[in-house]
Amino acid sequence: MEKKPNPNVRMWQGNVACAEGAIAAGCRFFAGYPITPSSEIAEVLALRFPVVGGHFIQMEDEIAAMGAVIGGSLGGAKTMTATSGPGFSLKQENIGFAAMAEVPCVIVNVQRGGPSTGLPTHAAQSDVMQARWGTHGDHPIIVLSPSSVRETYDLTVRAFNLAEKYRMPVILLSDEIIGHLTEKIEIPDPSTIEIIDRKKPIDTPENYLPYKMDDSDIPAMANFGEGYRYHVTGLAHDETGFPTNDPEKIRAQMLRLNRKIQRFRDDIVEVETFNTDDMDVLVISFGSTARSVKRAVINAREKGVKAGLLRLKTIWPFPDKEIEALYKPVRKIVVAEMNLGQIAHEVEWATRREKPVVRVNKIDGEPITPIEIYEAIIS
Amino acid sequence: MKKISKITINEKWCKSCEICVYFCPKSVYDMGRFYPVIARPEDCIACKLCEKLCPDFAITVTPPDIAESIKK
Amino acid sequence: MDYLYYLREEKMPHIWCDGCGHGIILKSILRVIDKLGWEKDDIAMVSGIGCSSRTPGYVDFNTLHTTHGRAIAFATGLKIVKPNLHIIIVSGDGDATAIGGNHFIHAARRNTDLTVIIYNNYIYGMTGGQASPTTPIGKKASTAPYGNPDAPFDISRLAQAAGAAYVARSTVYHVGKTDRYIEQAFLKRGFSVVEIMTPCPTSYGRRNKEGNGVDMIMFQKKNSVGIERAQKMSEEELQGKIITGVFVDKEQNNYLQRYKEVIDKAKQINQ
Ligand SMILES: Cc1ncc(C[n+]2csc(CCOP(=O)(O)OP(=O)(O)O)c2C)c(N)n1
Ligand code: SF4
Ligand code: SF4
Ligand code: SF4
Ligand SMILES: [Mg+2]
Repeated sequence: MEKKPNPNVRMWQGNVACAEGAIAAGCRFFAGYPITPSSEIAEVLALRFPVVGGHFIQMEDEIAAMGAVIGGSLGGAKTMTATSGPGFSLKQENIGFAAMAEVPCVIVNVQRGGPSTGLPTHAAQSDVMQARWGTHGDHPIIVLSPSSVRETYDLTVRAFNLAEKYRMPVILLSDEIIGHLTEKIEIPDPSTIEIIDRKKPIDTPENYLPYKMDDSDIPAMANFGEGYRYHVTGLAHDETGFPTNDPEKIRAQMLRLNRKIQRFRDDIVEVETFNTDDMDVLVISFGSTARSVKRAVINAREKGVKAGLLRLKTIWPFPDKEIEALYKPVRKIVVAEMNLGQIAHEVEWATRREKPVVRVNKIDGEPITPIEIYEAIIS
Repeated sequence: MKKISKITINEKWCKSCEICVYFCPKSVYDMGRFYPVIARPEDCIACKLCEKLCPDFAITVTPPDIAESIKK
Repeated sequence: MDYLYYLREEKMPHIWCDGCGHGIILKSILRVIDKLGWEKDDIAMVSGIGCSSRTPGYVDFNTLHTTHGRAIAFATGLKIVKPNLHIIIVSGDGDATAIGGNHFIHAARRNTDLTVIIYNNYIYGMTGGQASPTTPIGKKASTAPYGNPDAPFDISRLAQAAGAAYVARSTVYHVGKTDRYIEQAFLKRGFSVVEIMTPCPTSYGRRNKEGNGVDMIMFQKKNSVGIERAQKMSEEELQGKIITGVFVDKEQNNYLQRYKEVIDKAKQINQ
């Protein structure tokens, strides 16, 4: 008997998987501005959205794209924008608005070398800190980092779910290698994908408080134009959404805003462990570099060095607890990343510098090779 | 008796800019110590320019016929 | 009409200074909404940052106070997702044509079905009187203490050149005209701009010895010229005059109508 071809198998690039993951998650509005190495996401959605009932718009710049994404979300749509380094910098002010006004949306940053125009066609992982602190002020943010094409698909769906669940901007921090990598993957059956939608108000419009303080810490969100007339501002506001100068009300709202991360971090943080049970050397990595680490760990094991990998799928909130649970028995920690130590710094902090942290860094646009990591493991 | 418009000034919102005083074509208002005074209500022609130009939503002019009907 | 029906009364009195013209413009907007019989639920008012951009806080619509200059960008996304909303953008000369200038010209080019009401007071009012893109040459501002060296934008001409479907200019003194232009702009199914000259006695008038709100509105009354008459006047005669009137009123497919064609084509090809 002839085997039927599997209808869920795809040969996709990471960026295509991101676009398709967005569609699967229910995203129906994309606003962007072309920039390498993210443009394929826009291009795929320009092609696909008109057919699936979505809307693609190419805006005049990244600031506009970020604004349009927030406006669309206030209208009730799941919305996304995608960019890279320079464009990510431009979006920061409006990302802060989304965090402050608690507007769910997804921002994809397919990282390239920086600073400035940097290395448009080469990978980097140097926007880790910018993704967390790029916009001014204390604010909540979630940052996810995929290591494969399939995971780009899954984490894009997850980015939307987390954005909707916690009413906040979620950043998918991909990189040029993953974005442009083509892999044969099997996508999940659409009916099996978990989709989360934002909490809708049950109160009547008269009683609706868009920034209500209650046990959930996550206020219900009404769509514009559906009978709930309320005010949205980036100014400090009270439960009603209107600006206030009352320190008590400001404190209450700001603490709740930031508490959304602290309180739900266990639900948000995801990591993958590989060979960590009996390890002597813990290697921590994320994104494309984690692929090289995996190979290095296998090679080290073959040479009798007990290495293990902790791969961060969630970068922010930082998986400190997960590191804490692993690092005590190890001899040393290796952190491999395509920047000058942005994650390593966090790792040192999380482990109180109780173990030596060896940094494997690269910022020339070339990927970190398994050999380079292997040497750091065995040295 | 001549029917006259009913003019009200909301002193809680008035910021004493005097726009009403200067732009009323019939000079109905005088400026008082803090707020405009409706000095010559009988001259009002109910054009509502003062109401439209008051930036502070402080003036309401009800034309004579409507004002009368409300009184009754 | 009952303005209070449209106001969030508990937020009044508003923050604008005595003699500031911003409140006069808001009244015009509300009169037109009342005349057209629009439901409050069906209106969204979107703004950036500035004194003018504080308008949405006072009105009982769906209101969105965004970042400086970006109101049109936010509104573009909202309009696409909720096409039946009447979207009114209120903006200052700085908000719309300095930091937000790019969004302004591109929305005009795209002909997105939005109305922008620009409160032009020649100055950055909110931040204390710095020069704006409409401050005339030689006028004083806190950042132009010896007189402004930069040439100003003519906002209406800019909107016209960028492709807006409707463009008109009025002054706060000319309330009749303002109402008429705002109504035409609201009814236009495309990108419409109404530029309204408004006094900022606090941050501009005083520094330039143009007096208080009354004096500045009196100036508008005496120095405004209708666009038809202006066409017969020389450059010299027009010095210091405010040209009011309808600059553009044309029919052209708007952005969403054109995107509908994209959808039709995409479906045809992909079926
Ligand atoms: C990104 C950014 N830059 C600068 C400011 C400071 N700022 C606030 S309002 C404003 C100017 C507003 O001028 P305009 O738009 O003309 O409004 P007006 O106050 O005159 O009505 C500026 C520069 C800001 N809020 N955000
Ligand atoms: S115009 Fe209005 S605010 Fe100004 S003085 Fe008259 S009533 Fe008061
Ligand atoms: S309605 Fe007209 S005439 Fe009467 S007080 Fe006002 S401006 Fe003057
Ligand atoms: S500073 Fe100028 S623009 Fe701002 S409220 Fe005062 S008068 Fe109006
Ligand atoms: Mg201004």
